[in-house]
Amino acid sequence: MKRRDFLKASISGAATLCSGGALARPNLEPAPNAVGMLYDSTLCVGCKACVSKCKEVNGMPAVIEGDWYSWDSARDLSSDTLNVIKVYREGEAEVKDRVENGFAFEKRSCMHCVDPGCISVCPVTALRKDAINGIVTYHADACIGCRTCMTGCPYNVPQFDYDNPFGEIHKCQMCNQAGVERINKGQITGCAEACPTGATLFGTREALLQEARRRMSLKPGEIYSYPRGDVSKPHSLYEKPAPEYQQHIWGEKEAGGTNVLHISAIPFDKLGMPPLRERSYASISETVQHTIYNYMALPAVVLGGLTYVVRRNINDDEGDKS
Amino acid sequence: MSEHRALNRRVVTLPFMLLGVLFLIALYYLGVRFVNGMGFVTNLNGGYAWGLWVVYDIVIGTALACGGYALAVVVYVANKGKYHPLMRPALLASLLGYGLGGLGAFIDMGRYWQFYNILLPWHMNFNAVMLEVGLCVAAYILVLLIEFAPVALEKFGNTNLRQKLNKVLFFFIALGVLLPTMHQSSLGSMLIAMGHKVHPLWQTLYLQPLLAVLTAFTMGFAVVVFEASLSSVGFGRPSETPLLSGLGKAIVGLIAVYLLFRFGEVVVQGKLGLLFAGDLGSLMFLLESALFIYPMVVLMSPGARSNSRLLLWSAVSMLFAGSLYRLNAFLLTYNPGPGYSYFPSVPEIMVTLGLVALEVMVFLYVVKRFPVLHGEKRA
Repeated sequence: MKRRDFLKASISGAATLCSGGALARPNLEPAPNAVGMLYDSTLCVGCKACVSKCKEVNGMPAVIEGDWYSWDSARDLSSDTLNVIKVYREGEAEVKDRVENGFAFEKRSCMHCVDPGCISVCPVTALRKDAINGIVTYHADACIGCRTCMTGCPYNVPQFDYDNPFGEIHKCQMCNQAGVERINKGQITGCAEACPTGATLFGTREALLQEARRRMSLKPGEIYSYPRGDVSKPHSLYEKPAPEYQQHIWGEKEAGGTNVLHISAIPFDKLGMPPLRERSYASISETVQHTIYNYMALPAVVLGGLTYVVRRNINDDEGDKS
Repeated sequence: MSEHRALNRRVVTLPFMLLGVLFLIALYYLGVRFVNGMGFVTNLNGGYAWGLWVVYDIVIGTALACGGYALAVVVYVANKGKYHPLMRPALLASLLGYGLGGLGAFIDMGRYWQFYNILLPWHMNFNAVMLEVGLCVAAYILVLLIEFAPVALEKFGNTNLRQKLNKVLFFFIALGVLLPTMHQSSLGSMLIAMGHKVHPLWQTLYLQPLLAVLTAFTMGFAVVVFEASLSSVGFGRPSETPLLSGLGKAIVGLIAVYLLFRFGEVVVQGKLGLLFAGDLGSLMFLLESALFIYPMVVLMSPGARSNSRLLLWSAVSMLFAGSLYRLNAFLLTYNPGPGYSYFPSVPEIMVTLGLVALEVMVFLYVVKRFPVLHGEKRA
């Protein structure tokens, strides 16, 4: 009898769980006025003016690694580096934007995901997405330093300051964090402003996507007028023959898309981009979690069943003994 | 009056003092960690945000502490009262294991002085699996304290309070079954959001919570069998093999269900080829599976189930199997991308060893001074 009761409770619980499939949470949609950046790897000359400007805006010191450097030689993101230019090299590394015996540049900074993993996994809401401009910001006053955001970011962007006993997470906040607020003031991001070739462009996600699509449609060698600074109101333009682009706008769809888009002449996996599907892992994680914990109904039902069964079994035992 | 009694032996023995030395070494490194920062004692980096402390102390440690959970299901839910003599030592081990997990979480927390934010409703993110784990583990530690309280009340002879507690204890026992089911499954769900960084053989998405709770269960049973066999050897107490062999049957069923889902997922998702890739992932998967299959095959035979040596070996195999499953998923085959690697530093290892030493010291002290182990006549 008792076991049958428990089985009944379990089965009804399982039924609740299965019917919860209707709760599946799809990928989030881009913010209405999402702002972002377009990084065109073929335009980047690796000068790292963006790295230097980023440090100036964010008040971070230069990171010197090795002997060969101009102003900053950080090799990867860290608590002192929110934006970095990395190099792809193969064989002799003779020709730019060629896979074999070639080289290429790749920018690493927060992609400002449309459906950010870091926000989904943070237990204390220390990471937030602006409802209007879609910028992903960090709030140290809420953060407990569990670093789950680091594990939940497909790009390894959030960086904890391990060398500080009172460290915090550091990530690009698109120059819009409290005290900087360049975007709110109508300015553009530091890196886009400093970029001499327009490899990093600032703009709304929509305008940048259109710009990226225009470049995809160019025939190699076709002369195109490349903007610098803000894609909607460039501070200057220059003409240059188009390279042979990969027909792939990184961030249009990857894991729900990103507000920072990348285009390139060589495949993105060679540039170290992660293997992502269109569905965000955050949406799968939340679907599972909200299916099990929908209104805490399932745990409540199970607890009720368990309480009933345990109570009866304890009373039985006492009866046996006396 | 009670069937349980304290061992009444000397607490400070040579092994106890050696454990104390390990704990002191850990204290030194913890001092460095809190004064200078985590970077001075750990090898954590931008790609490996979680190392030994999280993966051993919390993810594996709390699963090893599932003895109280597994046994509570057998005794109070399946109503097998004959296993009751094993309950108190299992509860104590659970309390200490979870206590260690909580301590480990605090030590690893980069901004520990704000830990209470997780308890403040306006900070809570109900989408986050980590919130469920944090709150649920904290709640379970409290429930374990309440479940274990009768032992202390018995020692200090507070019968009145004990009787009152006994009247409501059924509710806490039920909670003590629900809460580990919740957070042990969530420990698996945490892997979902890590996405591609988790090796495809361990990234089972929707199955993560089920596989995690099943392995927590096998580890809980294994630890009960292990502790009972070992304490009969270590303290020269009569063997509890007749009791344990019944658990063996349950273990066979559990592992069979687990393996069905584990291999089913690999086949259905077309990942069979990865088993024979000859890389670290395939090797670890095969090793892990062998460690699960060995106890299942051994315990299938009734003869082996009443052989205390084989029982012990099966338990050890299951403990390694479940631990390896977690270690593989969270650390060994975890790959955040090019440019990152991790191996725990000596101080990291010493801190974990020291905390385990502390756990063992407290366990020894409590069983020698409190009525935890079952009286010898009935055992």
